[in-house]
Amino acid sequence: MNNNVIYSINGPVVTVRDSKDFFMQEMVFVGKKEMMGEVIGIDDHSTTIQVYESTTGLMPGEPVRPSGSLLSVELGPGILKNIFDGIERPLTELMKSEGAFIAAGTSIAPLDEQKRWDVSVKVSVGDQVVPGQIYAVCPETELIEHRCMIAPKLSGEVVWAAENGSYRIHDEIVRIRDEQGQEHSLTLVQRWPIRNPRPVSGRMPITRPLITGQRVIDTLFPIAKGGAAAIPGGFGSGKTMTQHQLAKWCDADIIVYVGCGERGNEMTQVLEEFSDLIDPKSGMPLLARTVLIANTSNMPVAAREASIYTGITLAEYYRDMGYHVAIMADSTSRWAEALREISGRLEEMPAEEGFPAYLPSRISQFYERAGYVQTLNGQEGSVTIIGAVSPQGADFSEPVTQNTKRFVRCFWALDKSLAYARHYPAINWNDSYSEYLDDLSRWYDKNVDRDFNRLRQQIRGILHEENQLMEIVKLIGSDVLPEDQKLTLEIARVIRVGYLQQNAYHPADTYVPFEKQFKMLKIIVYLNDQCHKLVAKRIPVSLILKTGIIDKVNKIKYDVPNDHLELLDDYFGMIDQALAQVE
Amino acid sequence: MSVQLIGLNEINGSLIVLDHVENVSNEEMVELELKDGSVRSGRVVQIEGGRAVIQVFEGTTGLSKTNTKTRLLGHPMVMDLSREILGRVFNGAGKPIDGLGEVYAEKQMDINGQPLNPVARKYPRNYINTGISAIDGLNTLIRGQKLPIFSGSGMPHDKLAVQIVRQAQLAEGDGRNFGIVFGAMGVKNDVADYFRRSFEETGVMEKVVMFINLSNDPIIERTLTPRCALTAAEYLAFEKNMHILVILTDMTSYCEALREVSSSKGEIPGRKGYPGYLYSDLASLYERAGIVEGIEGSVTQIPILTMPNDDITHPIPDLTGYITEGQIVLDRSLHQTGIYPPIGVLASLSRLMKDGIGEGFTRKDHADVSNQLFASYAKVQEARSLASVIGEDELSDMDKKYMEFGRLFEKVFVGQGFDSKRSINETLDLGWALLSTLPQEALDRLDPEIIKANYDPKRAARVLKRRLGE
Repeated sequence: MNNNVIYSINGPVVTVRDSKDFFMQEMVFVGKKEMMGEVIGIDDHSTTIQVYESTTGLMPGEPVRPSGSLLSVELGPGILKNIFDGIERPLTELMKSEGAFIAAGTSIAPLDEQKRWDVSVKVSVGDQVVPGQIYAVCPETELIEHRCMIAPKLSGEVVWAAENGSYRIHDEIVRIRDEQGQEHSLTLVQRWPIRNPRPVSGRMPITRPLITGQRVIDTLFPIAKGGAAAIPGGFGSGKTMTQHQLAKWCDADIIVYVGCGERGNEMTQVLEEFSDLIDPKSGMPLLARTVLIANTSNMPVAAREASIYTGITLAEYYRDMGYHVAIMADSTSRWAEALREISGRLEEMPAEEGFPAYLPSRISQFYERAGYVQTLNGQEGSVTIIGAVSPQGADFSEPVTQNTKRFVRCFWALDKSLAYARHYPAINWNDSYSEYLDDLSRWYDKNVDRDFNRLRQQIRGILHEENQLMEIVKLIGSDVLPEDQKLTLEIARVIRVGYLQQNAYHPADTYVPFEKQFKMLKIIVYLNDQCHKLVAKRIPVSLILKTGIIDKVNKIKYDVPNDHLELLDDYFGMIDQALAQVE
Repeated sequence: MSVQLIGLNEINGSLIVLDHVENVSNEEMVELELKDGSVRSGRVVQIEGGRAVIQVFEGTTGLSKTNTKTRLLGHPMVMDLSREILGRVFNGAGKPIDGLGEVYAEKQMDINGQPLNPVARKYPRNYINTGISAIDGLNTLIRGQKLPIFSGSGMPHDKLAVQIVRQAQLAEGDGRNFGIVFGAMGVKNDVADYFRRSFEETGVMEKVVMFINLSNDPIIERTLTPRCALTAAEYLAFEKNMHILVILTDMTSYCEALREVSSSKGEIPGRKGYPGYLYSDLASLYERAGIVEGIEGSVTQIPILTMPNDDITHPIPDLTGYITEGQIVLDRSLHQTGIYPPIGVLASLSRLMKDGIGEGFTRKDHADVSNQLFASYAKVQEARSLASVIGEDELSDMDKKYMEFGRLFEKVFVGQGFDSKRSINETLDLGWALLSTLPQEALDRLDPEIIKANYDPKRAARVLKRRLGE
């Protein structure tokens, strides 16, 4: 006889009275439809549960069944190329069985149980296995080999192993006996509770950048592999666009894209675009390295809260295989709002703007799951988090932005006035920062050029000077400035238009390899130095402008295709020639 | 037979509380019968054991603890639907008020709708020709998009919506599959009337479904109005394969109503007293736009909202902007200089534009022209702020050219008037004419080849002279 029945219902929150059967964060099945829920509070008399689906039509007295495990996700081959909702229900399968609209209480296995994978078994009878050890591999997509690992707390001796061959995910692959003599049967899948970080053998120092092909990021505000970055910006400033560009072009092995409380059409777009786009490095569709989590803004709010954790757990799982994973969370503000909404239903004491007082600790717990690590099986892997923040009224002093700022080391502030002028990516170079510059400077010295750090510093100096000059120009116009300052404004314009601004729709400009970035930088600095020499000889800036060389440098990004980078070397000569005319 | 409960336990604003209720389900509909025989409807919003909190749509005026009988209807709020709803007028809760009787229901649908599976969506790419340059050329409306108009009191947002309806429907081939769902929330009687008359004059009345909740109608009903309207729209689009344009006005009144209900429920407020779930609630409306794979119909939404005090950072426009796919912002200073439609181009945006324009949709050079117009017009603003400090005479020659460009742009390109309908070619050619008034090297967003093909100051002077003469 089941005594656990619903007592009260308030939006997505239900309670059960007088029960001792539940533990915190346990996954439960609510109502006759067996909707998924999670225990979020236990007190004297009642157990509070948040339900991940719509509670319309639910009645007091309907049963609530404990599952005995924490809210977890299924991990195994078939995750990549797939699109899930916030609690790992496969949306494509859901559409096949339920139609275009998502109904409550549908239970579908997350991963395809019938599909056969071409498995190679990596252990044999008699082997001693330890946590994290890879016991079987199979090609999951054209790009990625899926590696099945011994669960973190399990070790022992292999007593049976299957032949290499084709298997379904629930087929037994290996059987091991642990120290207590108990036998465990291992298949291609395992489960992991989403709110617990997966263990690693240790964290490693951050040394390598995540190369994104976006000039303003790679050059001025780089993000490291294993780092965390935030992109705050009001609506229309291009958060989603920037996230899409990073997901397309960054040099991670795996991309986890979480659409958390955002637009449905955007997820459709990612799905369509990523199937068509070809990764320049591998020649395979980008989707082959991507998994999408879509919990759009009109899907149940509690599942939105879970979607961020589902995403990061999938990311950690692939990291443990030795991959570099990047997770894009768009947008963390919606997740924070979901926290606020549920906190409000629980009648908790609110802190700032109605957000619960535990908001900062939740945000830090999330971003701290990023890192460059040594995995349990001794490989290197990383999780890089890039979280979009949607500040209310584009006001960066609101709680989510401020608390995020405390826990990320890279901050790309999007600027509405840049977006209005259609300067994309609208990353404001005065407000943004990256604390990874020092960590990465050795990598740049070794892999790009010894000059790179110096050139970047010079470029930033020019932009900073322009910023100060603009204060004067706003008051009295640029005509009265001395010639050398006029030149600074012109060069700064080259940096802004010709370098920082990047056209995501132009085939040569959407992704720019590091070599081109560095040489463009070098050309601009060379132009700057040579022009300053002329101006020192009292040659007016207007004459230099007439040569057209500045326009020419402005258009390098379009004129030099990525597969003809040798053309860049000609520009130094061109600059000399053009400037010789006016001298 | 359903049970009737006699009497109530508590009344608080529009909420009533019943004790000892059995078999009640969340969001279930109830009917309250008063002693005088009148019937009101309500919805269960919270249940705690045998205690049910019910929202009464028509308000609680005249209710006492003893004079009502409550009946549970056993289902969530549904709407009766059939093709016959076209041409009908309903109140905010979906009940006919045009005296033509009840709708014979071919289907009943839950007004809360269900979230559309992102996989089942089809990415919108087909543009709607509204005939308005500032929209078609710079902020293209795409079928299946949700594109709100951000306005303020006293600005001609209603007129603009009517113009869009009138001009867009003609582009729809012979307009057979085109329909309009109009949801009015808390609007003044005059406004509702203006729309009705305009629909009649345009001759589309038999294609319109109207949901009217006037500003003195009950506020609970107001929170249902957009849901009823969108349910009707989804039915017509996805079951009857029609292309539906939904106009919702005024979203600000809707949010005010939501705040009122929330505070009477004693919920913890978020920003400016609006409930913390305002974003989710608005999303549950706005996200009900789009196209479903394999179905011909579509739902396009144009919600109108008046920004309190013209403040775009107010929670209502702010959260709306985060959900919708762009926005058309009306600009008060343009309106005051007599420019119609007063579309503030720089603050406006259409997110779906990029994939719905160009070769095969509008014209090959569309993206280039619009980018350059945006960039040049942004420079106009810089020149203007400088001019306001040092005076226009002191500006550099280049800045003076921008000032002139800005004037022409606003007068000719944006301010086309209520009766003017421009084809996309006219709009783009006009764009080139304007760009040709600037020196060639100022066009830094364009490929040299495109400039060569289209840059023609002489022709531009002719075109602009003619336009200004009109």
